[in-house]
Amino acid sequence: MFKYNVKLALKSMRRNPVMTALMVAAIAVGIGVSITTLTVYYMMSSNPIPEKSDLLFAITLDSWSPLRPFDDDAPERAPHQVTFHDAERLVALAKARRQAAMFESSLIIEPLDQDDLPFEAGARVTSGDFFAMFNVPFIYGGGWDKSADAAAEPVVVLSRQLNERLFGGEDSVGNWLTMEGTRFQVVGVIDSWEPTPRFYDPINGAFQEVNDMFIPYALTRVLELQSAGSDWGWKSEEITSFEQWLNSEAVWVQYFIELDSTRDREEYVAHLDAYVSEQKRLGRFERPLNNHIYNVEQWMEYHEVVANDSKVLVGLSFLFLVVCLLSTIALTLTKFVGKKAETSLRRALGASRKTIFNQQIVEVGVIGFSGGLIGLLLVALGLQGIEYLYDSPGGLVRLDWLMVFTAVGIAIVSSMIAGLYPAWRVCKIPPAAQLKTQ
Amino acid sequence: MLQMTHIQKIYHTELVQTHALRELSVSVTGGEFVAVTGSSGSGKTTFLNIAGLLESFEHGTYLLDGENVSGLSDDERSNYRNQKIGFIFQSFNLIPDLNLFENVDVPLRYRRLPSSERRQRIEHALETVGLASRMKHIPAQLSGGQQQRVAIARAIAGQPKFLLADEPTGNLDTVMAHQVMELLEEIHANGTTIVMVTHDPELANRAGRTIQLVDGCVQAEEYPNIQEEVLQAARLNGSQPLSAQI
Repeated sequence: MFKYNVKLALKSMRRNPVMTALMVAAIAVGIGVSITTLTVYYMMSSNPIPEKSDLLFAITLDSWSPLRPFDDDAPERAPHQVTFHDAERLVALAKARRQAAMFESSLIIEPLDQDDLPFEAGARVTSGDFFAMFNVPFIYGGGWDKSADAAAEPVVVLSRQLNERLFGGEDSVGNWLTMEGTRFQVVGVIDSWEPTPRFYDPINGAFQEVNDMFIPYALTRVLELQSAGSDWGWKSEEITSFEQWLNSEAVWVQYFIELDSTRDREEYVAHLDAYVSEQKRLGRFERPLNNHIYNVEQWMEYHEVVANDSKVLVGLSFLFLVVCLLSTIALTLTKFVGKKAETSLRRALGASRKTIFNQQIVEVGVIGFSGGLIGLLLVALGLQGIEYLYDSPGGLVRLDWLMVFTAVGIAIVSSMIAGLYPAWRVCKIPPAAQLKTQ
Repeated sequence: MLQMTHIQKIYHTELVQTHALRELSVSVTGGEFVAVTGSSGSGKTTFLNIAGLLESFEHGTYLLDGENVSGLSDDERSNYRNQKIGFIFQSFNLIPDLNLFENVDVPLRYRRLPSSERRQRIEHALETVGLASRMKHIPAQLSGGQQQRVAIARAIAGQPKFLLADEPTGNLDTVMAHQVMELLEEIHANGTTIVMVTHDPELANRAGRTIQLVDGCVQAEEYPNIQEEVLQAARLNGSQPLSAQI
């Protein structure tokens, strides 16, 4: 009977194309707006590394001014980045299973082909543990080992896109690349990897693309690499050399660790407290002990990756869907009233009220399905618009299968709900009502 | 087959009450062909609607195929209509965007018959009315007479015990009306009980019995095709109706 009802629904839709188009359009627009905002919210709030998000921790140390907190609105918070030398020492202490200090930089790449022009590429300067910590997938090679970190070897891991640009997508492991006058050996090429939000560096943009390449943190001092990300300072210091900058109290390095289990968390905090206490004896960290470690979800909340206005926007967009559905109810009523004679005839020929009700519900379900499909096109357009608006052309805000099914599901279910009252009205039509007048 | 006793039907509006049927008692036995006549407003269609379980009634008793149908639920009435009654309407009442096959299929769908059986019944019904070759046509591609034949095919495809026809020739010219009437007579000859409402005295006289309604009551009953002496003998024997004895 379902198949028969679908067939009747399609015939009915063709019978009154203008009315059908209006109903489909109302649902499509409602779905387009609501699912676009829901997708953005979903991408913002999704766990980017669910398999180990409770084992990865961002570290904050309160090295800020003794006179005022880092954040006047949230005085309990320590600076969200650490100094270069604190990060360097914590990595060296290696008290966690894995640890990675990191910051964003950029380097000029000298082209392999003499005819091409040099170009600038974004780099993440980090520790070798970064790749294993964050489950970075590789197509060729892998990350560098601790010896490369220790020796500040000029090695580089390329993104898939940069490898495509430089080596035509071939396995470039072992090849050499000249950047800022230094020759780097390619040790790995990562596969497509777009953790969303970019949890390891929400400070410089939770929805930015992954960097073009990765180079060892130890090269910072050797190559005098400047940060291309944000840096914060509170202390008036005389800085006349790069080494002085590295030893300053400016905070510009993100520091992440991976623990073996959540039970190790308190132990690591104790380690941080011990480290800071030691630094206090050296005259640093003049504020009370205020060290924190945040797992991935806590870190996302800390940075308000999902802003409250996003939640409000989702609510408003679903209210808009309700308005569209109210329009659909009105249109459905009009459409169904136009089918009084046919309904009356079907009742006379033996259709029960339930049968008629089901037929109408299937019809609005088919209309909802059509609206859902067109709505998905609007969602795709909406997401393109959002990417354009936020200058994020890498497809970070994308529609996955879950959202596709959600969109179509919401369209079908909501249109069926919208069709309940009209269908109930129609199934109450008595069988003899229209037979004489048809 | 059909026995109505003291049936009363009143239509209520805010201002007036209209007595459509007053203490109507009618009996139709299996195999009869009964024509119901009467002027407009005499209650013919109301009688037919009640007979076909399309409308309810206030008072009286209605036995259909031996069962008291007064207390049936809406679902049971739908099922009864679908299983036992075939309808033919004056204005054909075909669904315009379904082809002939699909139109005849409508009541069979609600009976949930297997696809192969439905197909066989539809083809047979359309063959009976002479439209088997036009199964894929839509109603708008047919003449009025042909459309009514499709409606008859739809009514007989379910092999009902009981065929109710409301002015089946009312929208047809004389030639087509006679063709439709011949078809109904053929169906009747095959054993189906038919109750037909008509204005046309000539067509009414082709039925085995005519019932004339006036103001919702039976005014007269006639057996136009039976000689008076046979009728008298039957009355003396107390057997009703007589058309079966012809």
